[in-house]
Amino acid sequence: MPRPTPLNAAHRAFGARMVDFGGWDMPLHYGSQIDEHHAVRREAGMFDVSHMRVVDVRGAQAREFLRYAIANNVDKLRDPGKALYSCLLDRDGGVLDDLIVYYLRDDFYRVVVNAATADKDVAWLRQLAAARAPGLDIEERTDLAMLAVQGPQARAKAWEAFPEVHAATQSLKPFNGVMLTCAEREWFVARTGYTGEDGFELMVPADEAQRVWSALSAIGVRPCGLGARDTLRLEAGLNLYGQDMDERVSPLESGLAWTVDLTADRDFVGRDAVLKTKPLRQLAGLLLLDAGGVLRAHQRVETTAGDGEITSGTFAPTLGKSIALARLPESVPVGDIVHVVVRDKRLAARVVKPPFARNGRALVS
Amino acid sequence: MNVPADLKYTSDHEWVRRDGPDVVAVGITDHAQAALGDLVYVELPEVGRRVQAKEACAVVESVKAASDVYAPVPGEVVARNDELSGRPEMVNEDPYGAWLFKLRIDDESVLANLLSPGTYAKDLENAA
Repeated sequence: MPRPTPLNAAHRAFGARMVDFGGWDMPLHYGSQIDEHHAVRREAGMFDVSHMRVVDVRGAQAREFLRYAIANNVDKLRDPGKALYSCLLDRDGGVLDDLIVYYLRDDFYRVVVNAATADKDVAWLRQLAAARAPGLDIEERTDLAMLAVQGPQARAKAWEAFPEVHAATQSLKPFNGVMLTCAEREWFVARTGYTGEDGFELMVPADEAQRVWSALSAIGVRPCGLGARDTLRLEAGLNLYGQDMDERVSPLESGLAWTVDLTADRDFVGRDAVLKTKPLRQLAGLLLLDAGGVLRAHQRVETTAGDGEITSGTFAPTLGKSIALARLPESVPVGDIVHVVVRDKRLAARVVKPPFARNGRALVS
Repeated sequence: MNVPADLKYTSDHEWVRRDGPDVVAVGITDHAQAALGDLVYVELPEVGRRVQAKEACAVVESVKAASDVYAPVPGEVVARNDELSGRPEMVNEDPYGAWLFKLRIDDESVLANLLSPGTYAKDLENAA
């Protein structure tokens, strides 16, 4: 039986079609995933993302530990509130997960990891800490729920519903978060997301989730499910762990070289393996040109430099076309025409540089 | 779930409507369109093609997944609904109005193998 989030009753009351996502009972959509997608690009939509795991890393050695544990460099986080997107690598340089880490204080960092990998990630971090930073406190905040409110109107709607949030986040910059008090409870509000639109991710006590959801719904924020979440993130060129990368591939072959900081003289897990890796493949964007179907994961891609494979594909509502991320030979340049095997046909697609759409607009055509 | 009384059905969630003495129109049911979600692509058979019963002859593709549509009875494709290529979402909006293709059937007896509305509705209930 898949696990419910604190908002399970709200999803069902709103007519959600539910699916098992990584062991969680989640809304796929509430009637039309395409309408939900458009609502986020045009106004504001909200997602229950409580299945993701918030992990608080606390202690005098927090910063030093994270410098070692993750591939991006927390030394970049100079101002409290600033956040960083990073991979978690294993010692062979394979990707264990992708995550966001927020710098709250020198002895307090908040990490958000994916639902399906959370148990693995926490066990790994604790194992590393046992050797490197034995006094460190690594706490899973399963007492929290998380809602993502995304779209050009998202922040305005959050402010309308919660004036205390408005006061504390009026000047919150993108990719920053802040701890605040709302109705005498502790909330964490971050200006981050997974859609390519502006907005907030609200981490609130689980027993507040229903009230927050209802308040936003009452002022016109549209509930959106996992279907829209996937089309939005793919249009935004954002990777999905488990599809676009996993433990068997290097970040250098997953479009994530920019998240691995090799510039500083810093030892981190996976560094040596990454330094030894010469990438033979790249993660490229594809825009379908021929009619005949939808680009999907695992379809074969024929290029002038050899075959590749789609890792994530979908129909992109903002573009009105099908798009994909694909692992192709490293030498295939942007602009090349490739062919994707869809059922019994070879359909032409163009190699493009993601993102495909952001801030309400298509970027490729 | 909407199961009109004036149609016949298959266990693969197609509906069949008489469209003259020897022609039937074929589409997918409300159950099928709801399970698929928003359709974004429809592939239809060529006019003139002969099909067997249960032969895959069309594809409906949603954002989520592609699904084959099977000929409910043997016959010859005499029409295809080309309007759907520009607006595949019509199948979601009006599953019993948005026919996919029409077949000329050799004789009426083939229709006897199709499911009545009552049987199809009961099968849906039992599967739920």
